Amino acid sequence: MLRKVIVAFMIFLSFLLESAVFNHFALGGIVPKLTIILTSSFGFMRGEKDGMVIGFFCGFLSDVFYGGVLGFYALILTYIGYINGKFSRIFYPEDIKLPIALIVVSDLSYGVVCYILLFLLRGRFDFLYYFRRIIVPEALYTILVTVFLYPVILKINEKLEEREKRSAQKFV
Amino acid sequence: MSPVVKRKGERFTIPGKYLLFILTALCVILMFMTFGTNVFNKPLNTALGQVVIPFQQGISQAGEWLSRRSEELVQIRELLDENARLRDEVAALTEENTLLQQDKYELNELRALLELDEQYGEYQKIGARIIARDPGNWYTAFTIDKGSDDGLAENMNVIAGGGLVGRITSTGPNWSQVTAIISDNSNVSAMTLATGDKMIVSGDLKMMADGVITFNKLVDSKNVVVEGDKIVTSDISDKYLPNILIGYIHTINRDNNNLTKSGYITPAVDFEHLSEVLVITDLKQVVEK
Repeated sequence: MLRKVIVAFMIFLSFLLESAVFNHFALGGIVPKLTIILTSSFGFMRGEKDGMVIGFFCGFLSDVFYGGVLGFYALILTYIGYINGKFSRIFYPEDIKLPIALIVVSDLSYGVVCYILLFLLRGRFDFLYYFRRIIVPEALYTILVTVFLYPVILKINEKLEEREKRSAQKFV
Repeated sequence: MSPVVKRKGERFTIPGKYLLFILTALCVILMFMTFGTNVFNKPLNTALGQVVIPFQQGISQAGEWLSRRSEELVQIRELLDENARLRDEVAALTEENTLLQQDKYELNELRALLELDEQYGEYQKIGARIIARDPGNWYTAFTIDKGSDDGLAENMNVIAGGGLVGRITSTGPNWSQVTAIISDNSNVSAMTLATGDKMIVSGDLKMMADGVITFNKLVDSKNVVVEGDKIVTSDISDKYLPNILIGYIHTINRDNNNLTKSGYITPAVDFEHLSEVLVITDLKQVVEK
């Protein structure tokens, strides 16, 4: 229960930061995708299901406030959460390389999927331009934020897991 | 045995694969349902707006304050120069204004003579503050802190600093989403103020880096449209009110078909430093089919 409340609060907070705070600190009009960091890190820390559900709700928030149709970003982020969840088997909390790599790849693939669905299908063919102008800067800015944000998420998750373990032992 | 069957003493869980399938199906159904209609808009916009908007308002004000302070420090010298320049400009404009007022007086007289209603004179406007921006990086949309409770509705035009910002594309009770004219998915029917030549102004992510947006389908067979011409919203647009300033022609090129022209427009609004906007609450009259 506590986990649900805290995770809901984190989803809410990262959406707020993304939309209301980081636009004041946008570099070249680019805002880091905090919701991807959150989705992807819960994916590889907790497994497919947590990743998927968190991704779904993160995407759904953007859909309601900024999407043309409901479910578009929700679907993309659900899959990001699911695929990241596949890596929970080889995830160790001490290792920072895998999380960073996964988050970058997630953000890049999010960018490419958005480009294909939002731009390529409308006849904007200059992939390289959009890749250089939007996708790569977004990924770079996202890594930068990840370096500070990921340890926080990891710590919160560890604390929650500890608590869950303790309350499970009580019943033995 | 099916993996969803509940075993004795075990909590009911759905395997990841099924959950993925359920969520995918849910998203796809939602997309189809909301593609043409807006059945869920009202309850969702209301419910989520109640939770998210107050926080966005608060945070946005704090963030704005911070970024203002840091900008101020950088800009003081620049502003001093600008101030001097603007003073000269004010003097020139005051003179121009008196002339224009004379013209306006004359125009009113003539209008009265012709018994014309004041067509585009004064629109009803409501001020609103931008509290959040689309974090998607692909399209330019933002949230303002007024909604249907304040009398706003979809398709109302949004202006700032005398120029067109965009139009409202969805509303909740206490918030509205504005899609900017520089957004890649926006098209505005426009015309030149001087000659009334029609064109389509489209936002373009690629050109935004240079601070311009594109226009095309300008016919101009008499070659009267030149660089620097004022572009306003056209009177045939079904979403935009007529004669709102969009910007000025930056460059103009003849298309390969030799019939139409296209080029770039410098928008009148500084989209990077936008924080307050005015919403025109008059809607364009639409003919019911």
